[in-house]
Amino acid sequence: MKIDPGLRDQILATVPSLRAFAISLCGNVDRADDLVQETLLRALANIHSFQPGTNLSAWLFTILRNLFRSEYRKRKREVEDTDGSFAESLKSYPEQVGRVEFQEFRAALAQLPAEQREALILVGASGFSYEEAADICECAVGTIKSRVNRARSRLAKLLAIDNVDDFGPDHATRAVLIGHDN
Amino acid sequence: MSTRKPGQPSEKMHTDSTGGKPHSGLNREIQTKIGQQLRAMYDDVVQEGVPDRFADLLRRIDNPADEGKTE
Repeated sequence: MKIDPGLRDQILATVPSLRAFAISLCGNVDRADDLVQETLLRALANIHSFQPGTNLSAWLFTILRNLFRSEYRKRKREVEDTDGSFAESLKSYPEQVGRVEFQEFRAALAQLPAEQREALILVGASGFSYEEAADICECAVGTIKSRVNRARSRLAKLLAIDNVDDFGPDHATRAVLIGHDN
Repeated sequence: MSTRKPGQPSEKMHTDSTGGKPHSGLNREIQTKIGQQLRAMYDDVVQEGVPDRFADLLRRIDNPADEGKTE
């Protein structure tokens, strides 16, 4: 099949960000790359349904997210999996999740519910607006905002307690943080 | 707005009252660091660019005659 060269270049330009999103979602580079490949194949097979001039990157992210969710649901049925055991698997195979300096952050991220994780990444890292993220996740803008807020609060708690030196200047800070939610 | 599932632990924290109280300076500082770390982690992958397998994939789809040639 012939792909419009401009469109092909745009799709390729989105690949690095799609990978970053996929790795953040599944915590495993190989699985993430397979997910990106599936996304590209799915996108090209349905390229006629893409409206030129609309947001290509949001369209690709939507496809990737849907593929991830259906795969995730399948795996969940196969092995009774939870976000907690997913986090455990990350700890067992730290070499799969990229550079050492981000391992702790990724591990904390993996402890968030999937919906909060994706919302936070789309808005906080991929640079989508709340409205675009809501379209990608097929939910209301207010839902995205609340998921992002909950994700941030939860991460603050996880990281502040686990890694006081990086996230708080001293023990007094830690006491404040720990006491904050009690 | 609250769609908490029955099994989930209550996560009221400090944002449960009307719109949430303003964040403390400390909280804001932590949130800034989380935002920076999130973007750094993400950009670390973005900077790897497009791996060959994806460029090859699009090229093969574009030119089925290239099928079989790996370069």
